[in-house]
Amino acid sequence: MGVEAREARQPWILLSPALVAITLLLFVPLGFILVYSFWLRTATGADVAGFHLDNWAEALTDRFYRDILLNTLKIAAITTVVCAVAGYPAAYFIARSNRNKGFLLLLLMLPFWVSYIIRTMSWINILGVSGALNSLLLWMGLIDEPLAMLYNEATVILGLVHFLMPFMILNVFVSVDGIDQNLESAANSLGATRVQTFISVTLPLSLPGLAAGGLLCFVLAAGTYITPLVLGGPRDAMFANLVFEAIITQLNWPLGSALSLMLLAVLGALVLVYNHFLGMAQLMKGMG
Amino acid sequence: MTGPRGKAGTTLPLRKARDLSTVKLTDIEKRFGDYVAVHRMSLEMPEGGFVTLLGPSGCGKTTTLRMIAGLLDPTAGEIQIDGKRVNDVPIHKRNLGLVFQNYALFPHKTVADNIAFGLKYRGVGKSETAQKVKDALELVQLPHVAERYPRELSGGQQQRIALARSIVIEPDVLLLDEPLSALDANLREDMRVELKRIQERIGVTTVFVTHDQSEALAMSDQIVVMSAGRVEQMGAPQDVYNTPGSEFVARFLGASNIVEARCTARDETSIVLEAPDLGRIVIPADRGPQVNGTGPVKLVLRAEKLALSEDKPSDGVISHSARVETVDYQGQAARYFIRLGELQLQAINMIDTHPHGEGSEVSASFRPSDCTVLPA
Repeated sequence: MGVEAREARQPWILLSPALVAITLLLFVPLGFILVYSFWLRTATGADVAGFHLDNWAEALTDRFYRDILLNTLKIAAITTVVCAVAGYPAAYFIARSNRNKGFLLLLLMLPFWVSYIIRTMSWINILGVSGALNSLLLWMGLIDEPLAMLYNEATVILGLVHFLMPFMILNVFVSVDGIDQNLESAANSLGATRVQTFISVTLPLSLPGLAAGGLLCFVLAAGTYITPLVLGGPRDAMFANLVFEAIITQLNWPLGSALSLMLLAVLGALVLVYNHFLGMAQLMKGMG
Repeated sequence: MTGPRGKAGTTLPLRKARDLSTVKLTDIEKRFGDYVAVHRMSLEMPEGGFVTLLGPSGCGKTTTLRMIAGLLDPTAGEIQIDGKRVNDVPIHKRNLGLVFQNYALFPHKTVADNIAFGLKYRGVGKSETAQKVKDALELVQLPHVAERYPRELSGGQQQRIALARSIVIEPDVLLLDEPLSALDANLREDMRVELKRIQERIGVTTVFVTHDQSEALAMSDQIVVMSAGRVEQMGAPQDVYNTPGSEFVARFLGASNIVEARCTARDETSIVLEAPDLGRIVIPADRGPQVNGTGPVKLVLRAEKLALSEDKPSDGVISHSARVETVDYQGQAARYFIRLGELQLQAINMIDTHPHGEGSEVSASFRPSDCTVLPA
């Protein structure tokens, strides 16, 4: 075998374990779901194999699903904006702190050592009727009876921001950290104030990181079902909760499959738009 | 059109058409915690002058430049530009041109937008900005790259654009932080000439930081040699080179022989030295201004002032026979390591026809007036 042929084969040899895993664990199950989505659930509870468009027709035309999808995208968007606005200064601060950078990054990673579910449930102990905040307010005499702060859209967003903020900070950090500080010095020396320098140099150069962090936050927020389950009220279901409901509660796999593919398509389209403008390489940077 | 137009029809004011600025440092000091980066340094830079801060890395030269720029605050002391204290003037109001080793061009802006950046904050109108950008590009001899992005240019071109960006704002002082160090050797020498030409043309007071002695010698009106946060010596390139004021300067600039000697007598006109293997040497008194009385001293002799020959040398020189130990052939010149009694000396001589061979016996000679005497 020639050297060239051997060199051409090498990447595939190195990639093959990952490719096998991705194929078996992602693409094959996805294929099953695609097939399921065309099956038909009968009144007796049995699934009929075949090529039926009923599930898709229901998923795409029922206003109930559309409203929840739009609400899901709205919650994801608000979460992303809050993460960006609150996370950017923190990321900037970490990137520009020369001595404590490692320590601050460690602090940023710390929450990942606790399960996401436990982190989410911790808000019940803080905001619940007998939670820390209500106890404090009662003790201070500011309120006479506990406030009902939990189980609404705001607490869902709060939980999502809590969960997703590190992803945003990490992505923006990588971007800002990669900006040569001499660029800022140069802008200053040319007459730009610190604010003007930020607007005309630092912010535009960190946009790729902001966009990558935004994409991650949005996709993860839009696909979540634990946070609305734990922190949301009965009216705060997000789209993934519908999928959960259809598949686990109603055992209606065909409809659940169609719904989950619908969410996948919407979020996938978003990733494609991102990829078109910024490329996936930036996303990889932020995750590494 | 506000600025007076020079004869080349440019909007950039040329030498004499502008007010030139002085830079004055008085007892400035910079500490980082316990570490003293710059020790009480005082320095006056003449208007329109080209002053080089020269020294090895960590000598405080860049720290000094950054203090003048306003990127660092001095721990103590005063910085004046044009007679005005600027310690508390923020960097964006100091009106300085700053050029970095890594160019620091804005990667998301075109060359034209890079150059126009500083004009934006000076309320310069659109058509005037366009004219100034065009003139600046012509000044750095890159008239056709306005619409390109920095990454599409070579290192040398990027540095020219960085220079154009810093001078288009008509800075009071131009600060250059190792601007040539990132360039290839050949390009570096071309850019050296180019930079000096532009600086002379616009006449802006310039502070140049480098660790490269040949850049410093070639470009400067005045060299400030720094070491460990202190000024070792300052003066015109020739003075600093020919009359090193300290052993550090003698070793850092060029190649020098430093020989332990004893001063046996000193009067108004001459210093009498007794050096091992070299015997008695009478040196003009102005070659050792720091030597006050008799006692141990150091004799400094530049390697290129030590001439090797196979013939007997002429009168008026001190000559000893020596043996060539190592030859470092450099093309037009050669660097010889010779053994003269117990001394090992180095000599850099131009090669006439062929270099002296290793092991050959030569006579090594020098003029006493080429020596410098330093206190031990």
